[in-house]
Amino acid sequence: MDLLTHWLGNAPDFAVPFALAALGLILTERAGVLALGAEGLMLVGALAGIGMQLGVGVAGVSLLVAMVAAGAVSLLFALMVLVLRINQVIAGLALVFFCQGLTGLAGTVFGWTNRPVSGLNTVELWPLSELPLVGKIFVQNPLVYLTVLIFIAVVWFLYRTQTGLRLRAVGENPQAADAAGIPVLTYRLAAIVAGAALIGLAGAYIAVLSTKMWIADMTGGRGWIAVSLVIFARWSPWRALAGALLFGAIEALIPQLAATGVRLPQYFVLMTPYAVTLLVMIWVALGSRESASQPGALGEPFIREQRR
Amino acid sequence: MKQVNALQLSGINKSFDGFQALTDAHFTACWGEVHALLGENGAGKSSLMNIAAGLYAPETGSLMVDDNLVRLSGPRDASRYQIGMVHQHFKLVKPFTVAQNILLGLPAEPGSYRTRLQALEQQISAKAQELGFVLDPRQPVEQLSIAEQQRVEILKVLLAGARILILDEPTAVLTDQEAERLLSTVQTFAQQGAAVVLVTHKMADVKRFADRVTVMRGGKTIQTLNPQHVSVDELVRLTVGESAQAGYTPGPPAGPLRLQVRELRSPTGSGPLAGVNLSLHAGQIYGIAGVGGNGQGELANALMGLPQPTEGEIHLESFGDLRGASAEQRRELRIACIPADRYGAALAGSLSVVENFAIGQVHGGRYGSFWRLLGTRMRSDAAAAVQAFDVQGVRSLEQNAALLSGGNAQKLVIAREFSRDPQLVVVHSPSRGLDVRATQAVHARLRAARDSGAAVLVISEDLDEVLTLADRIGVMNSGRIVAEFEHPADRQAIGKAMVSHD
Repeated sequence: MDLLTHWLGNAPDFAVPFALAALGLILTERAGVLALGAEGLMLVGALAGIGMQLGVGVAGVSLLVAMVAAGAVSLLFALMVLVLRINQVIAGLALVFFCQGLTGLAGTVFGWTNRPVSGLNTVELWPLSELPLVGKIFVQNPLVYLTVLIFIAVVWFLYRTQTGLRLRAVGENPQAADAAGIPVLTYRLAAIVAGAALIGLAGAYIAVLSTKMWIADMTGGRGWIAVSLVIFARWSPWRALAGALLFGAIEALIPQLAATGVRLPQYFVLMTPYAVTLLVMIWVALGSRESASQPGALGEPFIREQRR
Repeated sequence: MKQVNALQLSGINKSFDGFQALTDAHFTACWGEVHALLGENGAGKSSLMNIAAGLYAPETGSLMVDDNLVRLSGPRDASRYQIGMVHQHFKLVKPFTVAQNILLGLPAEPGSYRTRLQALEQQISAKAQELGFVLDPRQPVEQLSIAEQQRVEILKVLLAGARILILDEPTAVLTDQEAERLLSTVQTFAQQGAAVVLVTHKMADVKRFADRVTVMRGGKTIQTLNPQHVSVDELVRLTVGESAQAGYTPGPPAGPLRLQVRELRSPTGSGPLAGVNLSLHAGQIYGIAGVGGNGQGELANALMGLPQPTEGEIHLESFGDLRGASAEQRRELRIACIPADRYGAALAGSLSVVENFAIGQVHGGRYGSFWRLLGTRMRSDAAAAVQAFDVQGVRSLEQNAALLSGGNAQKLVIAREFSRDPQLVVVHSPSRGLDVRATQAVHARLRAARDSGAAVLVISEDLDEVLTLADRIGVMNSGRIVAEFEHPADRQAIGKAMVSHD
């Protein structure tokens, strides 16, 4: 019983990075840009957040700086895919490796590795937090609650504003959007930077609020899981949130099981999220009739004066 | 009635990748008129109007709206000057609803999205009713028929406030009744004071609905006239031009029947072929003329063995129905194919010149068995062919085929296809995008193939090319061969058969 309470209480904490990163990816990909660089941008966010937390020590500022840092690095990706029209898959992969190297180096040079920071205190949502069994779910740090608000805001933007309509049009049919007078590349640039900021926030969450320290490559493939989560969610924010909770729950289960003394091979346990990712992808591929919900122009560069 | 120039384009030049699409083009449309822009495919009609709509930037020349010089930086600018264009290929976002698609083109305004969308839905219904058709603004566009999608496009430009309406081949996708309704709608629209530009290649539409017509040919505007004062024959003459049939050389007397196409049609609803019949003899060049999009591409695919659902028969003498033949059998039968898309379908751009040349006979065993490739023989054969077929720009036989220019790429394709003395040659638009010299070289090869006894079928949208090459000409219209001519054929008669409507 204690195990269940703890597990449920910890799940949101593990789910938030997946959720925020997936939301950032959806924002970018809805504009037709295939964003595989999430893993790298999360590392940038994580490192920037820790750096700021060690220097200034105000978590709110650290998280904001992390978002700005990831947004800034994403400009490099935007330059590659929008201006130079490099293949978006290649550019995304290159971004990941670049960020892994950059953050590893910077973390060592500045001596930020393995230095603990103070995170944020938890906030209880009274009276929900007094509920039996599930009460612990409502004792979280403020960013967990904020994540829900961010989701509402992004969904509102995408589906309830004219700007959101245009952003989706750019991702579905850039030629049509262009003919309607929408500046396609500007929209894509904004979508890349805004998405990167959310992904950076996801990284900073892991470093500043969960682990509370910087270790090189600490995101451990969560960016990639987010990429597959978006496919699993068929580019719908709410489904992505549900998927993030599922993965968060799986990840949260691992330390709980260890605590109860269940003896499972360590590497098997650590593998579980990735194995689940694979299974989910296979399941999605089998039900591929739904793939129509993929943005129509995902991954296609936009060139105006193209004949034929 | 006082007429003021609504839209005026003068001295427009525009080229794409070195291909001159427009040369000193002039065009003027007035308020209150339906102005037709007439010409064959590739005459530059759409390019000129895309410039007027702000999609392309001209290299030289000026654009005037209401007699004021304007410079369009994009489609949004064009709509500010009340210019709206309905494209031939609709620019609609398929998963969005009708209202959402129309909202996209409108400038952002304060007010909540929901209320705007609702107001717009009412406007759409009202405007549709005014124009005499029904449209559900909440339906996703992908569920609409082609004619309905076109209505969405028209409403889109009208609700964005367009008063200069450009319609690019609007009737191409419509049935006759639908076309008639559409054209009388736009006629009403012009009578109310707007300017309508009707881009078309259909003489009948011009005669019936246009107040004036400007004829384009080869990227130039030829003449502007009143369609009521000229005959259809005269319009045909202006659109297809009058160049002499230079270069035609007769071949040997035609030999025995080699290929017969019988009642070749697309399965109902899946394509444009509507019962093609033709016979081709050895030692003969059969040219298929016609305005693009009348089923030529599908016919070419079917003959070349590319995936294309068909009913009927393609009967090759001493073999049978060619439709069931495998690629290997086709090679064995010495059928040479030169598809229109030379970089996409005829060559593998990232493979070398040698590999592209040799691949035709690798399967036949000339270059070794499956576990061994005779590189030396491939190279020497390719070198000889490059020499013999005058493929220029080959710095090294190992260079990628994609690096060859259009003409030389085509020569390489011909070198490969003709390397085994073909008995049937199927060619689609062989000189598209080639300069005069390369075109002549390609034509000479086709004639040589005929003279050595091959049956040659040339499908081309370039009437000059067909007239220069063909001993016998079939005109393709609406998925059928509607008329056949022996050389020397009357150009006007062919032109008429190309555009006639039954």
